[in-house]
Amino acid sequence: MSRDRMRAVAILVAVAMVAAGGLALLQSQTAERIRINESQRVLAKLRDVLPAPNRYNNAPQLDVLPVNADALGDETLPVYRARLDGVPVATVLTAVAPNGYVDEIRLIVGVDTDGGITGVRVLEHRETPGLGDGIQTDRSDWILAFDGRRIDDLPSTGWALRRDGGDFDHLTGATITSRAVVKAVSRAVQYYAENEAALFRPVDVPANPLESQPR
Amino acid sequence: MTAPVDSFRHGLWQANPGLVQLLGLCPLLAVSTTMINGLGLGLATLAVITATNVLVSATRHWLHQDLRLPFFVLLIATLVTGVDLIFQAWFFDLHANLGLFIPLIVTNCVILGRAEAFASKNPVLLSLADGVGHGLGFAGVLVLLGGLRELFGRGTLLHGAEQLFGPGAAGLEIVFLQSQQGLLLASLPPGAFLALALLVALRNRLTRDRRAAPARSASQTS
Repeated sequence: MSRDRMRAVAILVAVAMVAAGGLALLQSQTAERIRINESQRVLAKLRDVLPAPNRYNNAPQLDVLPVNADALGDETLPVYRARLDGVPVATVLTAVAPNGYVDEIRLIVGVDTDGGITGVRVLEHRETPGLGDGIQTDRSDWILAFDGRRIDDLPSTGWALRRDGGDFDHLTGATITSRAVVKAVSRAVQYYAENEAALFRPVDVPANPLESQPR
Repeated sequence: MTAPVDSFRHGLWQANPGLVQLLGLCPLLAVSTTMINGLGLGLATLAVITATNVLVSATRHWLHQDLRLPFFVLLIATLVTGVDLIFQAWFFDLHANLGLFIPLIVTNCVILGRAEAFASKNPVLLSLADGVGHGLGFAGVLVLLGGLRELFGRGTLLHGAEQLFGPGAAGLEIVFLQSQQGLLLASLPPGAFLALALLVALRNRLTRDRRAAPARSASQTS
């Protein structure tokens, strides 16, 4: 290699090191903030489906049990646990509906220890804007129809759309989407009923950065 | 001293990346569903293109010819990663909306293009003006496009302003039409193409009128 080349390589390496160093510095400065942001975003979502905040006093977004169950989805999904002074109050199951109109639909389903649904929300979906996106609460109230339902409220045929002989209305123009969500929720609630005790088993709980935050 | 002003205007209007060069269309069309999304990505792009131009220009004398491109790529990737971290730390909700498109600023050819074609050959002040001009030109198109699509698709403007300006800005949202549906087409990808086409046509119309004016015809081509 010519001296020119050597010098060029040295410059590039130096620049790369400065760049990496700068980014490492920035990352160390922002890491804590980003972690809290993420944790709070999860908590904000969980709050939508959990019982009133005065009914639990742990940090459910950090009290997570990874679960691998076909009833919820074909991947390992988090189950969040809410407790009051250590006593189980409610869980939030993450469930994946594999058969949405466009793609899978990810849901969180809150279930209290009575087995009643405290709320269902969509985490992620790619359904058609204007039709299937009615499953979002800012588009329609459809998904609130699950609130207060219990698995044994209805015969198993009741956990279906009205047009399939069940007990749930469908979103206009989005039957497939609605059907997928109803089925996923019913599977999740069924799973909860069968595994309730096991869902509250302890796992290593990470340190809680939000303990001092107002709830 | 008009040179920096010219560079600025060149990027903002004559060679606007979104409307004339038609560069960086992927984020332009994907993100411009609301005005705030457009503004967020526009500001991120503006920051990256300006910083890249200044740094490239400042180092242009002691950089070997062969090193230019690897250096540019390294620089742009570093800056974009930095912007991505900053968005995650301080504009978390907006970052969640813009998603993958912040890292994808790396691939915006406008940035590499200006570094190579302009900043590597011109002094810092000119390059700064060029970067700000192109950045603002791109951001402006994003905001316009986002505004148009939001207005027709949702019947609002400035929805989600609090994601960028803090909780106090939540009241900035202007609701024109209290409708759940709006014009669906505007929110969908084809609506982005149609709206962009309208903007391009509008710009062409404006420049043609000027070009038709005598004695200015030569200066418009660039």
